[in-house]
Amino acid sequence: MSPSGATVDQSGALARAETVICCEELTKRYPGDVLAVDRLDLAVFPGEVFGLLGPNGAGKTTTAGMLTTRVIPTSGKAIVAGIDVVAHPALAKQVIGVVPQTNTLDRALTVWENLYFHGRFFGLNAKEARTAADESLETFRLTERTKAPVMALSGGMAQRLMAARAILHRPSVLFLDEPTAGLDPQSRIALWEILDSLRDRGPTIFLSTHNMEEADSQCDRVAIMDHGRILALDTPAGLKESVGADTIVTVAATGDLQELAQVLEAKVEGATKAQRVGTTLQLHVKGAPGVLPQVVNAAEHAGFVLSDLSVAEPSLETVFISLTGKELRE
Amino acid sequence: MIPTDTPLDAVSTRCEFPQPARSTVRASWTAFRALLLRDLVVLRKTMGVFIPRTILQPFLLVFVFLYVFPKIGESVGGSGPAASEFAAILVAGVVGLSIMFQGIQAVALPMVQEFGYTKEIEDRVLAPLPIWLVAVGKVTAGAIQGLIAAVIVFPIAAVVHVQTIQINLTIHWPLLLTMLPLACVMCASLGLFFGTRFDPRQVPILFGVIILPMTFLGGTYYAWEALAPVKVFGWSWLQTVVLFNPLLYVTEGFRAALTETPHMPLYVIYPVMVGFSVLFLWFGIKGFRNRVLT
Repeated sequence: MSPSGATVDQSGALARAETVICCEELTKRYPGDVLAVDRLDLAVFPGEVFGLLGPNGAGKTTTAGMLTTRVIPTSGKAIVAGIDVVAHPALAKQVIGVVPQTNTLDRALTVWENLYFHGRFFGLNAKEARTAADESLETFRLTERTKAPVMALSGGMAQRLMAARAILHRPSVLFLDEPTAGLDPQSRIALWEILDSLRDRGPTIFLSTHNMEEADSQCDRVAIMDHGRILALDTPAGLKESVGADTIVTVAATGDLQELAQVLEAKVEGATKAQRVGTTLQLHVKGAPGVLPQVVNAAEHAGFVLSDLSVAEPSLETVFISLTGKELRE
Repeated sequence: MIPTDTPLDAVSTRCEFPQPARSTVRASWTAFRALLLRDLVVLRKTMGVFIPRTILQPFLLVFVFLYVFPKIGESVGGSGPAASEFAAILVAGVVGLSIMFQGIQAVALPMVQEFGYTKEIEDRVLAPLPIWLVAVGKVTAGAIQGLIAAVIVFPIAAVVHVQTIQINLTIHWPLLLTMLPLACVMCASLGLFFGTRFDPRQVPILFGVIILPMTFLGGTYYAWEALAPVKVFGWSWLQTVVLFNPLLYVTEGFRAALTETPHMPLYVIYPVMVGFSVLFLWFGIKGFRNRVLT
């Protein structure tokens, strides 16, 4: 489903009228003067999968916390599905579902009971909750574990159960906070499949992640966040285009990388930018086939010894690097 | 603190989404009942632990004081009228004590764990009711457990003793039926207060430094009045100090409700217990909010 708001610009009254999540100057300052989220403005449209991409400590979890009533903002406004979450948290909780970062399943209950009681908390009667729990276990392929204690679940299963729990009451907005952090690749793919299946059912999905592949493949729009601020916001394709290059060459070499950057920028055809990232150099190139020989020649001509060389298309990681000068990974 | 129906202006008119189907009050009430149901289901599942944990301490107390001591001729026991009066005092004290332990075991300890390691309370915190009501739900469930404990413990305490001891119990129903719920709510609130203020590493301190003196100086083994002779410079210091112990009012209250032995005036017991309940509940809810919200 293509988000109805994707064609609407992010600012302006039209976008506002259609936002399902709306933050205005949302700020959280923790004791000790730690500014976790800094005057955040955000508009998420109905039905879209919205990604918040950033490194650990960027303020993603705090943002999700504020939107899900768990973190009290220092200032600013947060509206979810038309409800002011700060002023009316209990009302807002009716329409949101949360898949948290850590395992918060009720250990005193079985797998099935976790779903059943969640349904009861959200106003389903006994019969409805039973049916919902049964169906949900089937959908999430957990039926065999119905009576198991939740402690007996693997990490991937626990995550599936938490996802099942979060959507059991059919929330308007589903928040997933780093849902695949710490999961094995197989469980990660399983969770992505679940996200895919949810797209047609309608909840707006707010996904925070530091996994650029996840943001790229799952999200309709992605906001790149660092130090509590949003640095860029667009569709994954739009973000990658914004880099202004179609090829990214990563170079490892001996010698002064800063000097090498100048050399490559000047000598390689179509080079738009060269940037030092950690111990490597990233060269952005646009519309120039056969760039590798040029890089090798230019570098060797200037007396550098290349120890590694790789070529890739721009990724969200590239976008992050070009915005912050540092890598997304911790 | 009472949830009111959310006024219309709370809902931004510029958004067109399926709005919450239910008012906050209705949703909160449903969620509250479901939270209680969850706690009672967990209690049922853990009955095998609940029963021994609940009856063992009271049983051992009456067994040692009212059975073993009289048999081996220890002075506290004996077998005259004095022994019978002591027995009546102890039975009432033991019922009060078991309620207090429920407050700790049913509310405080699980909460310390949930906040400390497991974080499993999160899902209940995200249920559509105000945070304070989640805390009140915990207290209510704890109070129910206290009630069950009292009902189980009382007959045991009343029958375990040597034949030579006559326990003269007189049940004052109006007192018992008011004292029981009040004591249960106060002790569960105390549990909430402790549960939100201790982390798992501090549990030994909770037991060793707070609960232990509370139980020994909480009037379980003696009536408050009987402490008068413990004096320094003519001041009954112990009698004064123990007034700060909430358990004292519970045991004195049960003495009034279950026996004919002397006890503190009721016009002191009731207001103080209500006061302690409000105090613990207030600071307990405050602590709970601080733990679940940042």
